[in-house]
Amino acid sequence: MTAPPAAGAPATGAAPAPAPRRGGRRGGLPPTVRYLGGRILTALVSLLAVMVTSFFLFRVLPGDPVTALTQGRAVTVEQLEAMRREFGLDQPLPQQFLDYCLGMLTLDFGTSYQYRVPVADLIVERLGPTLLLAGTGTVIAAALGLALGTRAGWRRGSVMDRVDTGVALTLWSVPSFWLGLLLIVLLASGAGLFPTSGMSTPGVTGTLNVALDVAHHMVLPVATMVAVVYAQYMMIMRSSLVDEAGSDYLTTARAKGLRDALVLRRHAVPNALLPTVTLIFLNLGRVVSGVILIETVFAWPGLGSLFYSGLRVPDLPIVQALFVVFAGSVILMNLLADLVYPLLDPRVRT
Amino acid sequence: MARSQDRPGRRAAAALSALKTSSAAVLAAALAALPAAPAAASPGAGGGEGDTLTIAVSQPVDSLSPFLAQRLISTNIHRLAYDYLTNYDPETNEPIPALAESWETTDEGRTWTFTIRDDVEWSDGEPLTAEDIAWTYTTMMEDEGAATANGNFVANFESATAVDDTTLRIELAEPQATMLALDIPIVPKHVWEDVEDFGAFNNDEDFPIVGSGPFVITDHRPNQSITLEANEDYWRDPPKFDRLVFRYMPEKDAQVEALRAGEVSFIADLTPAQADALGETENIAVNEATGKRFQAFTVNPGARTQDGEEFGDGHPALTDRVLRQAIMRAIDKNEIVESVYGGYAEPAGGYIPARYEDYHWEPGDDDPLGFDVEAANEMLDEAGYERGDDGVRVSPDGDRLELRLHVHNDRPDYVAMGRLIDERLADIGIEIDNQTVDPGVLSDALYNGTYDLIFTGWSVNPDPDYVLGIHTCDALPVERGTMRTDAYFCDEEYDRLYEQQLANYDDPEGRAEQIRQMQEILYEEAVVNVLTYADVLEAYRTDQISDIQVQPDPGGNIWGQDGHWAWTSATPAEPAAAAGPGVPTWALAGVGVLVLVAVVGGVVLLRRRSATAEDRE
Repeated sequence: MTAPPAAGAPATGAAPAPAPRRGGRRGGLPPTVRYLGGRILTALVSLLAVMVTSFFLFRVLPGDPVTALTQGRAVTVEQLEAMRREFGLDQPLPQQFLDYCLGMLTLDFGTSYQYRVPVADLIVERLGPTLLLAGTGTVIAAALGLALGTRAGWRRGSVMDRVDTGVALTLWSVPSFWLGLLLIVLLASGAGLFPTSGMSTPGVTGTLNVALDVAHHMVLPVATMVAVVYAQYMMIMRSSLVDEAGSDYLTTARAKGLRDALVLRRHAVPNALLPTVTLIFLNLGRVVSGVILIETVFAWPGLGSLFYSGLRVPDLPIVQALFVVFAGSVILMNLLADLVYPLLDPRVRT
Repeated sequence: MARSQDRPGRRAAAALSALKTSSAAVLAAALAALPAAPAAASPGAGGGEGDTLTIAVSQPVDSLSPFLAQRLISTNIHRLAYDYLTNYDPETNEPIPALAESWETTDEGRTWTFTIRDDVEWSDGEPLTAEDIAWTYTTMMEDEGAATANGNFVANFESATAVDDTTLRIELAEPQATMLALDIPIVPKHVWEDVEDFGAFNNDEDFPIVGSGPFVITDHRPNQSITLEANEDYWRDPPKFDRLVFRYMPEKDAQVEALRAGEVSFIADLTPAQADALGETENIAVNEATGKRFQAFTVNPGARTQDGEEFGDGHPALTDRVLRQAIMRAIDKNEIVESVYGGYAEPAGGYIPARYEDYHWEPGDDDPLGFDVEAANEMLDEAGYERGDDGVRVSPDGDRLELRLHVHNDRPDYVAMGRLIDERLADIGIEIDNQTVDPGVLSDALYNGTYDLIFTGWSVNPDPDYVLGIHTCDALPVERGTMRTDAYFCDEEYDRLYEQQLANYDDPEGRAEQIRQMQEILYEEAVVNVLTYADVLEAYRTDQISDIQVQPDPGGNIWGQDGHWAWTSATPAEPAAAAGPGVPTWALAGVGVLVLVAVVGGVVLLRRRSATAEDRE
């Protein structure tokens, strides 16, 4: 691991066809295919289980959607019955379940009770804002967490370590809802630096203006999200670095006379990153659902606030579909983590 | 750039210089955009020239189709975008002409002939005629989907026909006194007759949406905002603001902050604490209106179907009117007003709130059911409810008086009232099992008859027919789970009065008297215990709105009026000298830099990782 002979082609160096090397014809499928197949199959089974759970989970919710929707309004019995028929709620449960399953297989999530548009359209519409918010938040939180975690782990027990860890864990235990409101009170309505909520100012036009406007609206929700979640990246990075700290190869590296900073960057961090990368993948699946509270506080028009508005009715098609989407994204990211991990860590390749 | 692995310092320097270059670029871009951005972001201008009034709302719009929209927010927007046959006067709440200039009734109240204005145009320039109105009503009568939202208003219609462009005739199956209270937005036939499925058409594809109201809906961003522009050709006085924007903000506290920041001009539904806090804030006025809603709890007098089949598990002793009346006597409404609403409420008399003077009823000074714990205890002693060893009474049939009380957990005022009722009923030897639950759990208990006492509350329209109708024997469920009320109440005398008032279309004072008598029956039967009429609390920025009409006037509300008066009368305030609470330019620049730092940080990190991976090989 010293000189860089093939510096020009790191990517091609790793890529050259693993198949000819490993994919012998003996004994059925090559191990890579078996590994991939196994993971994909597990993911599919999990997804199926989630779909079934989703249907029954929300049927247990108390309350009749039709009476909830018409609450406090003058409606006739005929109107209520017509709505039940329209929503398919007059059908026996097995029939409803069958319709639901057939719908899910064709990506038809049904029609929202409260918005009266296909749930699939609603999800597509809200996915962008959520990915923007959660994606930006995750990137910043991960970058911040990794940097601080590295610093803290390398200088374990120092004053800086204790302060960083203390701050991170304090923020981690703060409810995001409360922190969001606090930021609104202090920085938005108090200091007037940022908008209090929403994703954009109605009426703003022009690509650059809109981009700036959205970025301006993003600052507080993203800051809230980062503040609450960066601790987990930091703690994982810190502890895996601490694990590495006593390793022989680091002693060797130091013995060669390498500067401490170089030992950290070249030798310790790459190894300590492995568990952290897995965590980032797993979290990517979870952030989509993790922003529900933040989206609600900041009136961010994403999947989180859609789920919240669906739960309040209960708007069964919305909550069912989003449950599958949320759980599905965790499953998908788990799968990706499984698939990517061998590329990062040669030890699991075989 | 040549790479050099042995001198990592250079990489950092390169990254730093990249960071400097790109932040400079973004900063420059941000600054370049500034002349346009602040103008667009200031609250005075939501998108172009003129004055914009921004209103925070906590419900998303369900549908822009007047045939489907159920939510208060949507019906409020429809009041602005469409016209109605008649309106309610902003000051007195009396029915007044709108599209109908005048009307007459014949055939003992079964035929109504309306004369329609001839000077009204749709926002696309087509004339509005009696045919549009007849078509709107007839569609609701014939199409189940079109009846979703307002079908109850035409349930008694035999036909609605346009005799000519300015004459509309409606034939009724039975006389009804509510013909001047048809809360149905009139839609343009020439646009809507092509709709195939009224149950699925949301009217949200083509903007501007054709209507005839004082405003035209020009934009809808689902779950974000709805924009309406003033209709300059409106036949009444056109609105004074050029534009209305309804912004969706689900969180109440966030709305308060948005008002403080000047991002929105108006917010509704404040809590007493919020009203107190905002009342002391500069440039903000709090409007304290008399309530159009009542807060109550109902007693389960024995759930049953119309055929008399009993179901549920209500406490058997509650079938006894004496016990129900004693429960009423034990509760001090003044205490609730003070401790729960901080004084922002009125202690309730009858079922119709005091703001509707004609229909409101109050018990007299010698009220036999007024708050009096001693009297309540005596009533129970005399009726044979003896106290057990633990102080809790036992009914003559031997049932211990432990009652469940279902309270909505999402309503802080109900939760606080629930606790008070616990304590007060203990004073007369009744033990309460307080079940503060999700609204869904609560409504399941109501529909299944598995409750004893349960919280409820209704908004009352200027015409109280509907809220009175839900206590007729007709409203009892046909089978379990189909009731359309909040109490299993059924009383012959009440039903007789209900029929009389509904048919009493030509004697308003006589009808009002019948309505007051019905409330007296509800009061004495003590199945529906009306506790308070909570004030409507709302706030607006006086540096953005200088004047606004309340309904009724004085003492009325701004949000949720029966009509468009608030938003057509709202007058823009003179612009203050300062630019107002827009986005400061340096904040916009700051955002650019923040975003950039994040991106560059990510890039640097990635580069580091790829470099280390390469080193490993």
